[in-house]
Amino acid sequence: MAMITADPKDVPQVAHFAFTPEYMAKVQELIAHYPPGRQASAVIGVLDLAQRQQGWLPRVAMNEVARLLDMAPIRVYEIATFYTMFQLKPKGKYLLQVCTTTPCWLRGSEAVMKACQHAADGETFSVQEVECLGGCVNAPVVQINDDFYEDLDEASMNKVLDAFRRGETPKPGPQVDRQTSAPEGGLTTLKGE
Amino acid sequence: MPKVKIDGVEIEVPAGITVLQACELAGVEIPRFCYHERLSIAGNCRMCLVEVKPGPPKPQASCALPVADKQEIFTKTPVVQKARNGVMEFLLINHPLDCPICDQGGECDLQDQAMAYGFDRSRYHENKRAVPDKELGPLVKTSMNRCIHCTRCIRFATEVAGVEELGATGRGESMEVTTYVEHALSTELAGNLVDLCPVGALTSKPYAFEARSWELTKTESIDVLDGLGANIRVDTRGAQVMRVLPRLNDDVNEEWISDKTRHAIDGLRHQRLDRPYVRKGGKLVEATWDEAFGAITARLKGMDGAKIAAIAGDQCDAESMVALKDLMTALGSSNIDCRQDGAKLDGPRGSYIFNAGVHGIDSADAILLIGSNPRTESPVLNARIRKRYLHGHHCAIGSIGPAADLTYPVERLGAGPATLRELVDGKLGFFEKLKAARNPLIIVGMGAVAREDGAAVLAMARELAEKLNAVREDWNGFAVLHTTAARVGGLDLGLVPGEGGRDVAGILAGCEKGEIGAVYLLAADEIDTKRLGKAFVIYQGHHGDAGAHRADVILPGAAYTEKPGTYVNTEGRVQLGRRAGYPPGDAREDWAILRALSERLGKTLSYDTLAQVRSRLVSINKAFAAIDQQAPGAWGAFGKAGATTDAPFVAAIANFYMTCPISRASRTMAECMASRAQLMAAE
Repeated sequence: MAMITADPKDVPQVAHFAFTPEYMAKVQELIAHYPPGRQASAVIGVLDLAQRQQGWLPRVAMNEVARLLDMAPIRVYEIATFYTMFQLKPKGKYLLQVCTTTPCWLRGSEAVMKACQHAADGETFSVQEVECLGGCVNAPVVQINDDFYEDLDEASMNKVLDAFRRGETPKPGPQVDRQTSAPEGGLTTLKGE
Repeated sequence: MPKVKIDGVEIEVPAGITVLQACELAGVEIPRFCYHERLSIAGNCRMCLVEVKPGPPKPQASCALPVADKQEIFTKTPVVQKARNGVMEFLLINHPLDCPICDQGGECDLQDQAMAYGFDRSRYHENKRAVPDKELGPLVKTSMNRCIHCTRCIRFATEVAGVEELGATGRGESMEVTTYVEHALSTELAGNLVDLCPVGALTSKPYAFEARSWELTKTESIDVLDGLGANIRVDTRGAQVMRVLPRLNDDVNEEWISDKTRHAIDGLRHQRLDRPYVRKGGKLVEATWDEAFGAITARLKGMDGAKIAAIAGDQCDAESMVALKDLMTALGSSNIDCRQDGAKLDGPRGSYIFNAGVHGIDSADAILLIGSNPRTESPVLNARIRKRYLHGHHCAIGSIGPAADLTYPVERLGAGPATLRELVDGKLGFFEKLKAARNPLIIVGMGAVAREDGAAVLAMARELAEKLNAVREDWNGFAVLHTTAARVGGLDLGLVPGEGGRDVAGILAGCEKGEIGAVYLLAADEIDTKRLGKAFVIYQGHHGDAGAHRADVILPGAAYTEKPGTYVNTEGRVQLGRRAGYPPGDAREDWAILRALSERLGKTLSYDTLAQVRSRLVSINKAFAAIDQQAPGAWGAFGKAGATTDAPFVAAIANFYMTCPISRASRTMAECMASRAQLMAAE
């Protein structure tokens, strides 16, 4: 097995990180959720805010979170490395999280993955293989930033990616003729009064 | 008290303990990796599984399960055995088979427990995981492939050492114990990580590949590198001290020792005095004992006693100090001192010992540090204060003296005697906290008393103790924290100037003026040797340090690992160090050198054997009869009320890693110093 290491060495150095006033307000609001002295409980939320502001979590951002919450930096590193949703390396503008767990795989996630990998250039798109996203009934599923794109195949995936490339935001949800997880092509039962 | 049945045997155990502890009480051994008596419970290694009735129908981790009344515990059933076998097999999936080249071999928990629970072959054909080794500084060597993630090191660093720098990053297969950002640990207790590690992931760097545990001779002894008198085990091979390990003593050092105690020992191999020297024509030349004694006799015979002086060093055993004192008395000199730093301590015993005892820290509920930085003066004692802070509902701790990071929050009241005066007069808020405390503890450091106005500061500290009613039948909260191993013993034996005698400052001034003709330095190196003037200097000691460089005659003595010696620690506890090896070359035990010299000087001392010296100790001070015991000393008038200066208290120890001839000669300590300097620069 390959060498594993939690601390990525091949990342660009970010010299400084500070929350913008808008984000700072959100940080303060999160901290206020917890009793005084328990501000460390807000760490996951604050890390998420840092990631949203920066696009990923450089070490200076983790240090800043530690400082704000009066925690030892190592405690923040532990949390940031534990959860896969914290990105410790820079990502493209759109992060394609492709579900490859069994239901999605059975419904053709390999082809979707291929389309995503083809598009991934590290600037506009980055791709990440993830475990079950919990949308099996709409398999295969890809999470793009905060939205789920469902019922994909290679062609519809490419269509979605092209739209992003053009700067549009395609409609999230099923990419086939279907309302959420209702049957494709309209209702098949319970059609009467 | 709950009654439980362990493997069919009924036993009554204290309420609130865990099943594992109950089994220990019943004499049933439970294998474990992550559980440690002095750390918080993690419950992650799963090796301590037992069956419990009533309880769920699966094995339970006994370390994290509280005992309950009428509980039945089974530790030897097939289910338990099979569960532990399974845990062991999982632990070994990724553990390398490198015991032959692993320094932990022979004293490895995993190795030992694999003998009882291991499968004799592997069922896994997958590659083992590979983890990069970490850089944790000059004392701890890492081999992270061997790590079984018990997290003992993380808990020790966080809880005991108080440096939150180690952590577990990643998860599952990618979990790693690391500092994440690579740097040496900023603690004086790093060596203990090696003891705690149940496998060979963390091993001692200076001791790497030096010896195997089974080829070492183990000698139980006492540490002399600080005033705590930590209980140690000295492991030797032949004449060489290979390593020093802590010994369990709940009243003194629990089971920790500082990095200096553990790793300064390579200093015992360098710059040793292994034969007598006599200065001839300005140069030190090798000599025989006979010549050396002859040179001394020639100078001292007929000299007026008032012109002779003696200074005892910081690591002397009580035996050599009593011999020195007796010899000086016989020569008619009262110029003798054991306080090289000039500490103004010479009152009743209660005025110069840590009366509360180290274990007393555990019941203190407000602590005041006066001119003391316990982190550098005694890191293990500092860890004890931190423990009190953590478990004692955040016991209030205040400090008058230099600002320092002590690993626990300290309310810094001020820097010097003026603040202490205000506190004694009740003008500071902290006074109320001390007043409200049931067991206030006043720790007086050498930074407060080793100065011109030391006696006045001591008097103020005494006044404070009286005001707070800190000295009572059931509690004595007046505590002096010494930085040296010999000081209390020296004071117990009265190695202070007698009637009309000179103290260290007086002796040095006398030397400069030519009023002192001869000075006997008993391993005393912490004085300004340039001030010895034209005096004839006899240096008896084990290292070629400051004293030996200035000496006219050098008498090679024994270091603490090379002689049986009595040491009195800062709390007044008399402890016996034992000989782990013989001194190099012609060097001899120190009291015997003084005894032999006394005969040549025609003032033969009255003892010929160690037992006789020790009875002489007892005849001077009854405290020497009570080995390993601690009790508050006699209280009385001490200190001297008077004016104080505005000068702030200065830390008694500027550099933790180099405080004595042994640590100054140690390369490991030099590396530690460089590493710490680098760490400071990075911040």
